Amino acid sequence: MLALHRFGMGPRPGSIAAIETDVRAALIAELDRPLVLAAAASLPSSAKAYRTVADANAKRAARAKQEAKKQQMAAAPVMAEGQDASQGQNQAQKQGQAQGQSQGQGAEAAEMAAKKAADAVPDPGRPIYLEEAKVRTEAALAAEIGFAERLVWFWSNHFCISANKIQSMSGAYEREAIRPHVLGRFNDLLQAAEGHPAMLFYLDNLGSMGANSIAGINRSRGLNENFAREIMELHTLGVRSGYTQDDVIAFANVLTGWTLIPPGNDPQRGGEFTFNPRLHEPGAQTVLGKLYDQDDVEQGRAVLRDLAAHPATATHVATKLARHFIAETPPPALVEQMAKTFRETDGDLKEVAKTMVSSPEAWSEPPSKLKRPGEWVIGMVRATGITQADPARFTGGQELLGEALWRPPAPKGYPDDEASWIDGVGRRLDIANNFAEREASRADPQDIIETVFASQVSSEVKLAVNRAESRQQALALLFMSADFQRR
Amino acid sequence: MSLANHLPTRRELLIGSGALFAWSQMPKLARAEGRDPRLLVIILRGALDGLGAVAPVGDPDWISLRGERALVLDGKTPALPLDAFFALNPAMPNLHRLYNSRQALIVHATATPYRERSHFDGQDVLESGISKPGAIGSGWLNRALVALESGGRVDPRGSRALGVGAVTPLVVRGSAPVMSWVPQKLLSASEDTQNRLLDLYQHTDPKLAAVLQARMRLASLGGPAGMGDPMSEDPTLMPPGIARVRAYFAEAAGTAARYLARPDGPRVGAMGFVGWDTHIAEGAASGQLFNLLGALDGALASIETNMGAAWHETVVAVVTEFGRTARINGTEGTDHGTGTVAFLTGGALKGGRVIADWPGLKPAQLFEDRDLKPTTDLRAVLKGLLLDHLRVEDSVLASTVFPDSADVAPMSGLVGSG
Repeated sequence: MLALHRFGMGPRPGSIAAIETDVRAALIAELDRPLVLAAAASLPSSAKAYRTVADANAKRAARAKQEAKKQQMAAAPVMAEGQDASQGQNQAQKQGQAQGQSQGQGAEAAEMAAKKAADAVPDPGRPIYLEEAKVRTEAALAAEIGFAERLVWFWSNHFCISANKIQSMSGAYEREAIRPHVLGRFNDLLQAAEGHPAMLFYLDNLGSMGANSIAGINRSRGLNENFAREIMELHTLGVRSGYTQDDVIAFANVLTGWTLIPPGNDPQRGGEFTFNPRLHEPGAQTVLGKLYDQDDVEQGRAVLRDLAAHPATATHVATKLARHFIAETPPPALVEQMAKTFRETDGDLKEVAKTMVSSPEAWSEPPSKLKRPGEWVIGMVRATGITQADPARFTGGQELLGEALWRPPAPKGYPDDEASWIDGVGRRLDIANNFAEREASRADPQDIIETVFASQVSSEVKLAVNRAESRQQALALLFMSADFQRR
Repeated sequence: MSLANHLPTRRELLIGSGALFAWSQMPKLARAEGRDPRLLVIILRGALDGLGAVAPVGDPDWISLRGERALVLDGKTPALPLDAFFALNPAMPNLHRLYNSRQALIVHATATPYRERSHFDGQDVLESGISKPGAIGSGWLNRALVALESGGRVDPRGSRALGVGAVTPLVVRGSAPVMSWVPQKLLSASEDTQNRLLDLYQHTDPKLAAVLQARMRLASLGGPAGMGDPMSEDPTLMPPGIARVRAYFAEAAGTAARYLARPDGPRVGAMGFVGWDTHIAEGAASGQLFNLLGALDGALASIETNMGAAWHETVVAVVTEFGRTARINGTEGTDHGTGTVAFLTGGALKGGRVIADWPGLKPAQLFEDRDLKPTTDLRAVLKGLLLDHLRVEDSVLASTVFPDSADVAPMSGLVGSG
């Protein structure tokens, strides 16, 4: 039971029986199975999704322009035969100015008509987001234990982007950059995440250019430090681990030119990653005392490789993983063991995860962590045996609970401490109550306790469920219990 | 699957960023003086560009520093003059009006003691009140409340801080308990269910019991009027446009003010607004920053309106974790910096002034040749407010509220009619 809550997505019908002979072996076996998303076959790639939204935006702008023109023509006074359109417009404008107020009203109407014409072109970004959310959520509902899915969630939050900034790619980013590497090497994960167009967009690197690059000189624009700083502070070394402002600037120079192909320029490959040498700061750069003299994308790749292999990264990653899965203040011995595995296996994340679940500390820590809203909601749904997700409802609920899917408030991702989430427990009650109301007709709380949880809940919870005035109330109490919310 | 039978409204979606946390006791010493002060702290997360908000138009190096992006008095959208040296961003006519009626003042070239450039560490220092970042469990405002509470409870209902939203900001975390409140329009569990759950928590999990109890106590007070019907809103989840941000800022701040204005309502509150990290196309005169400052200006106006008669006893302090680079970066934005501004407004202030020990803008005068050099410790401003407005004792301010700040004297004369 602890294994399912602490490392998985929570128990579902049959899962306790499936793992009870050897819990650790079952967790490790799940890591050895390929992490495939069969349902993702129909989803567009990030570049395709980006082009689709960009095309729709271009179409909206064109429709608005067209409509504005039409309105202007209609507002123009009777034109003399043979007069061409541009003259007509000029005349209309002059007349309009003379007419004063009525011209103002006409312009307003024209603006509204233009907006209406633009809005008639549907925005494809949200349907793509919802389809992605559905596939991800159903993977969590279907997983036997859900350890690997929890790792996907963890790394997706570690290398987060925000759909508020780049909605079209938000789901595809996780499928393309995160999911394939969570059981592979950290360096591959890092390279995939930082080289992904969604990340470059999110952390403002698309237009960052070296002061001495061709584009930098011609356009008098320059560097943006954000991407380089967050890679070092959040993704690899960790804050206050010894890098300096000069390292940030040098690394930002290294990363100039990491951008995407503008969709307008290339209907086949628009939205894909590209290294644009015209933006790249020429020359060698020194980052953390090491000289990098490559003159292309390899310069950035090399810095990332060294950051991935840096001991501070091993410690940072091990600490974050242990804090997420085991305890807010994880046992130092466990963290060091995981960091050691990281260092000795060249950042093999599957081995790091195995070290975690094989250590005695991972099991002896009391269940003191409050589940994050996403885990808690998935756990509730899994317990009732539901496997289909309505993504609009699901993402809506997540948002209500303060953990909107792929929309963290800042590049640091969602926090992992109890203090951030505990005040949201009241809101969880509203969600649990509503869910219970809908499911009480088919989900029996006694049955869930006996079969899904194998009766492994406290006597207090059993008593509260027994005494509840309705099935609905019993379900709400069960899902709100500390037994179910802590792990 | 059927998680919830409704979709969240935009208001609900955004509430995580504009949550109100407040404390409903009356500061005893101030009360003894015949006052009933209110304090609302607004945190702008993401680092506000102080030079884009309040421009040093009288500095001879200003134009050369920012070029065509410099706010000026004779620009296309002229900045609003504050004194012979400073001018306010044109997006803020309400604050300008309040300034002219001596109900707003601005502190410039100010910063917390933090001198690095991580948002998250910077916010930790701003909110914790401790000069070094790191693992800290409580915020300065909460610790100030603890100190006030020791002076005795005025409100017999017991009051605790009150929170709207799911994530509690550090500034109000601590041993003065924080209460969480959510709009009760939808989905609310019956009182009976809540009581049973409370009973279960009391037997199994005291922390969860405390949170639930706090929520139930607040709900019994009833929410503020005028929340409208959330069901009537379009439930899509698209990222908010600026009109929605404006509406949201105004509503969140207005709701906060309605709470604070009530005779039996809270007296001290905090809220946060996100979105100030303007790395690209900052647009002080007409873009992003202009829009955000306009939304903030609207929020301040709605606080003034909704405070009603209590406005004359109110101070609103608007602060941010650090400033931004003095120069524009390569993408027409600004990167993380140091010195910035703090806005103070409210009827209790001695306003109509810009307080600044101006460091200058020449390269050698900038901090590390890149940021506005901080010359006023933000803790001095906050200590001044806590001391003179709420009457938190000086010794407590220097020891527990802002530890190790004995050498940072509270700024005097910020409030009071004298």
